[in-house]
Amino acid sequence: MNSVESAPSLAQEPTLTPEVLRDHGISAEEYDRLLKSLGREPTFTELGIFSVMWSEHCSYKSSRVHLKRLPTHSRRVLQGPGENAGIIDIGDGWACAFKIESHNHPSFIEPFQGAATGVGGILRDIFTMGARPVAIMDSLRFGPITPQPGLDQATLHKNHSVLEGVVSGVASYGNCFGVPNVGGEVKFESCYSGNPLVNAFALGLVRRDQIFYAKAAGEGNPVIYVGSKTGRDGIHGATMASEEFSEESEAKRPNVQVGDPFLEKLLLEACLEAMQTGAIIGIQDMGAAGLTCSTCEMGGRGGVGLEIELDLVPQRETGMTPYEIMLSESQERMLLVAENGREDEVFRVFQKWGLDAVTIGRVIGQPAMRVLEHGKVVAEIPNAALTDDAPLYRRPLERWEPPVPREVPDNISLGQKSEFTDELKRLLASPNICSKRWVFQQYDSMVQINTVEGPGGEGGVIRVKGTQRGLAMALDGNARWCYLDPKLGAMHAVAESARNVACTGATPIAATNCLNFGNPEKPHIMWQFSQTIDGITKACEELETPITGGNVSFYNETLGEGIYPTPVMGVVGILEDVHTAVGPHFRQAGRAVVVLRGSEPGDAADVEAEFGSSEYAKEILGQVWGFPPSLELQQEAALQKAIVQIITAGLVDSAKDCSEGGVAATLAECGFARGIGAQVDLSSYGLVPEFVLFGEDASRILISCDPENVERIQQIAVQFGLAADRIGNTVSDQVEIQVDGTTVAAASVSELREAWASALERALHVETEERLVPAALQKS
Amino acid sequence: MFLPMKAYVYVSLKKSVLDPQGKTIHGALKKMGYRGIDDLRQGKYFEISLDASLSREDAHAEVERIAREVLTNPVIEEYRFTLEG
Amino acid sequence: MKFGVIIFPGSNCDHDAYWVISEVAKQPVTFLWHDSPDLQGCDAIIVPGGFAYGDYLRTGAIAKFSPVMESVRKFATDGGLVLGICNGFQILCEAGLLPGALLRNAGLKYVCKPVHIRVESTNTPYTQQLSKGEVLEIPIGHMEGNYFCDERTLAELKEQERIVFRYTTPSGEVTAEANPNGSLENIAGVCNAGRNVLGMMPHPERASEPELGMTDGAKVFHSLVSAMVEK
Repeated sequence: MNSVESAPSLAQEPTLTPEVLRDHGISAEEYDRLLKSLGREPTFTELGIFSVMWSEHCSYKSSRVHLKRLPTHSRRVLQGPGENAGIIDIGDGWACAFKIESHNHPSFIEPFQGAATGVGGILRDIFTMGARPVAIMDSLRFGPITPQPGLDQATLHKNHSVLEGVVSGVASYGNCFGVPNVGGEVKFESCYSGNPLVNAFALGLVRRDQIFYAKAAGEGNPVIYVGSKTGRDGIHGATMASEEFSEESEAKRPNVQVGDPFLEKLLLEACLEAMQTGAIIGIQDMGAAGLTCSTCEMGGRGGVGLEIELDLVPQRETGMTPYEIMLSESQERMLLVAENGREDEVFRVFQKWGLDAVTIGRVIGQPAMRVLEHGKVVAEIPNAALTDDAPLYRRPLERWEPPVPREVPDNISLGQKSEFTDELKRLLASPNICSKRWVFQQYDSMVQINTVEGPGGEGGVIRVKGTQRGLAMALDGNARWCYLDPKLGAMHAVAESARNVACTGATPIAATNCLNFGNPEKPHIMWQFSQTIDGITKACEELETPITGGNVSFYNETLGEGIYPTPVMGVVGILEDVHTAVGPHFRQAGRAVVVLRGSEPGDAADVEAEFGSSEYAKEILGQVWGFPPSLELQQEAALQKAIVQIITAGLVDSAKDCSEGGVAATLAECGFARGIGAQVDLSSYGLVPEFVLFGEDASRILISCDPENVERIQQIAVQFGLAADRIGNTVSDQVEIQVDGTTVAAASVSELREAWASALERALHVETEERLVPAALQKS
Repeated sequence: MFLPMKAYVYVSLKKSVLDPQGKTIHGALKKMGYRGIDDLRQGKYFEISLDASLSREDAHAEVERIAREVLTNPVIEEYRFTLEG
Repeated sequence: MKFGVIIFPGSNCDHDAYWVISEVAKQPVTFLWHDSPDLQGCDAIIVPGGFAYGDYLRTGAIAKFSPVMESVRKFATDGGLVLGICNGFQILCEAGLLPGALLRNAGLKYVCKPVHIRVESTNTPYTQQLSKGEVLEIPIGHMEGNYFCDERTLAELKEQERIVFRYTTPSGEVTAEANPNGSLENIAGVCNAGRNVLGMMPHPERASEPELGMTDGAKVFHSLVSAMVEK
C-alpha cells in the first residue's frame, strides 16, 4: 500500500459548512482545535472520524478531569480503566474481567434492539480480553408503570412498552448467547419516562496468563477484520448518545443497530479458540464508532499506526462511502492484529465457526490511522489528534438545591397511627419494592451451571468450576438519594452494592460504575457529576473497592427535562469457599432474628429529615423531602468485614441488607421464598413507629441463625465496634412486628407475599393491551 | 438460460394448532377498537430470489421442496407460495 | 461406557451436559462436532440445549440436516441411547426421532424457573431407577416448550406409556397452573417407540449438584448409567 505525504484528495466530498460541522456536533472552538491538530482542513471522512472520536461518548471530554480522582489500584487489580474491561486477580491462577456500560438512548428509540445490543456490546468487551463471559446483570430504570397524578395514559403505555421491549431484548440476547443473568435491579421514577436507563454489566473468567489486550504491535503485522459484515446501521450512534433527546431523534430510528446473538456466540467461540493459537497480538471489538475507534485506539495503545484498505472490508450493502464504512456501528464485529505469516491459523478457526475473517490492512510504524479506498488515502490522522488532542473540558460547576423541602412538610403528620399492616402491604406492592420475578423469569439465570444465588436475592453468586471459590456481584444505585444529595447518594450506591455482595459471604474487592447524568453543559448537572465522583471516590477508598472501569452517559434529557443523577455501582467480591455462601431467605422457623448494625439511630430531627428520602415517604405519603440517611463509611466497612466473618464461620442461615422499605419490608421479604415469617419486637429509641418500621438507615443487615450462635455473632460484632440485637424469632407463616412491646403490624406471610409477588404483573396488565401488538410482533 | 424469478413463500400454523401470538394480537386489536375482525393468524414470509439457471417448472419444484423440507414442520405448519418473473 | 455430547455452533448447554456426565455421573465423555458424522464409538448421545443454528427459522429446523444428526438417526434406529434436552428435544422432534413438535410458549415469553415434573413411566433407561409417580424438581429455560401432537399420536403415546414426564404441582397433581408453557396434557418429556430416545424440556443437568440447590436431575443420569451397565 502506498503512503501519502500531502492531504488526501478532497474531490467530490461535501463542503464543510458551519451546518455540516453542527450536524457533527463539533463546535467552532473544537473545529479550530481540529485544524491545529491536523495541520490542514479535514476531508469529510476525517471530519466524521473526528466527530465520533471527539464525541462525549468516546472522548469523555467533560468527565475525564473528574474521573481521574477515582481510586483505581489495589494488589488485585491487573487492569484498570482504559481497556475494554477491568481485570482483577481472584486467585488460583484465575482472573475476572468485568464492566458495566449504558445503552440508554438506543433503548428508548427501539427498546428491544437497543437493550439487546447493549448486552451484546458489553459481552464483546469481556471476551476481547480473552475472558469467557460467565454472568451478566442489568440495572434498568423506567418511568412509572402505575397511574399517578400528572401522568397521562399515553406516557403510561409508552413506559409499559419500553419495559416490555427492554426486558425481552435483554432476555433474547443473553439467553441465546448462553450467559446466565444473575441479578441486577429494576427501578421506577417519573424522571425516566422519556429517558429509560439500560445499564448492562458482564463478568468473564480468564486464566491470569492468558489475558488479551486491545493493543497493536509489530510493523507489517496484518490487521484482520472478523465477524458480521458492515452495513449502514448505527451511523452516528456515538454522537446520538452525546445529544439530548428531541422528537427528531426519535425519528432517527435507523440509528439503532440490530443485534444477532447467535453470531456473537460464534464470535465468542471463534475468538477464544483463535487466541489459543498464539497468533493473535491484539484484539478490540467494534462498538461505538466501529472501525474508527478500534483502528485508532489499537494503534494508539501500541504506539504504532494501523493502515486499512476499505475495499477489503466485508460489506453488507453496496455503494457505501468511506465515511459510512468508518462510522458504521454494525454489531458483532472485531478487529485483530495477528503475527505476520500466521494469518492462516487464525482464518482456519474463523472458518470452522463459519465467520468472515479477512486481512484489511497492516500495522505501520507511523503512529497514525491511515484509511485507503481503491488504494488512495481518504483519511490520515495521527493517533494523538484523535485521543490526546481531543477536547478536554473543565466545565463550570454550580451548586444545586433540589426543589424539595429540606424539613418535614407541615401537611405530613407522623406518629399518629399505631397500626401499619396496610402500609406494609402497600409498600411491598410498590413498583420499586415488589417482586421482579416477571422480569427475571424471562432471563436464563442457570445456563453454564454455576449459579449458586440467582436473581431475586441480594447479589448474584456463581461458583468457579475447578476451584473452591465463588464470585459474588451486585448492582445498585439510589437515584432519589443522589438527587437529594449527589455525594452522599453516590456513597450509598457504593456501600449498598458492596453490602449486598458481603451479605452473600463474599469480600468485596473491586467495582465498576455507570454514571448516568443530564446535559454536562449545564453547570448544575456538572456539579452533580463532580459531587458524585467525590462520593464514589470516598466510598471506594474506604471500602477498598477500586474502580476498574465503567462508562459515563451524559445528555440523558428529553425536551430539557433531566433525569435524576444516577450513578449505578457494580461491585464484585470473592468467596474463598463458595459452599459458605448464604442467601437472603429465612430457612426455617424457630431461628433467631438479629439485626447487625453500625450506629444508633440519630436524633429525632435528623431522622425526620432523612425519612423524607425513603420509599415510604414517596409511596405512602406521596412526598419527598429532606436528605438521604447519613453514612459512616468506617462503620460500613466494619459491618461488611463482620458479616463476611460471621458467614464464613457458618454462623447464619441467611443475611439480607436492610434497605428500601426499612426493617418491616426486609423482614417480610426474607420470608417469601419458604413461607417463613418472624415475630420481632423493635426498640423505638423514642422515635415514632414509622421511622422504626420503614426508616432506611444505612449499615444494617438482617440475619437469621441458630439461637445458639447469637452470642458468638454478638462477640464478633463487638470486635468490629458494631451491635447485634436479637429482635425476635422466625415462625411459620406469620409476620408480627412490635415496637416497644406493642404490635404495630401483623399478617400472614402468604397475604404479604400475594401483595408483593403479583404487583408488577398487575401493573402491566391493566388497560395496556395496546402494547401487546408491537411486543408480540417484535419477537416473532 | 432462463429468466431470474422470485418466489414468495408463506408459512403459518395449521388451523388445528393453537396460535397464541395470533390470538394475542387479535384480542389486542379488538380491545383497541378495530372493527370487523373475525380471526387473525400470524405466520412467516420468505422471499427467495432465484437465478436464471432453472426453468419455471424446475423452479416450482425446487421451491416446493424447500418449503416442504426446510421452511415448514409438517407436524404443525402449512405453506403456500407464488412464483413470479 | 462412553458418552458423546453434540456441539452445534449455537449449543450453550453442551459444556453443562459434559460436566455433569464427567463430574457427577463419573463417566467418560467426549464432544461431537456437528459437522462430522463420526460418533466416535459412543454408547449414549446427548443432544444439549441452546440455539443450534440460531433457530431463526424454527427451533431445530436446520440442525436436523447436519451430518452428525444423520449418524444419530442411524444410531437411534439401531437402538442407541439418545437424550435430547430442551433444544435437543426440539431437534429430535424436527428430525422425526420423536413425535410431535414444540411450539412457542402459551405465555409468549421465555420462562426460566424450577418446575416439578412427575415420572409417568419407569420403563425407559432414563427413568428405570425412579418410581412411577415420583415428583422431581428440575428447572426449565425455554421459549418454545409447548408440546403439541395430533390426537392419534397422543392416543398412541398414552397407550404405549411413552409420556415419560408431566408438569405437576409439587405434590404431583396435573393442573393448569403447574403447566409453565401450555404443553398438551402437561407433557414435559416423551420417548420413542423403542424407548431408547428421550426428549425432555426441563434441564436435569442444571439440577444435579447440591451447590446449585437442586439434585433431582442427577437421578436421570444415574438411572441411565445403571441401565447401560446392566445392558
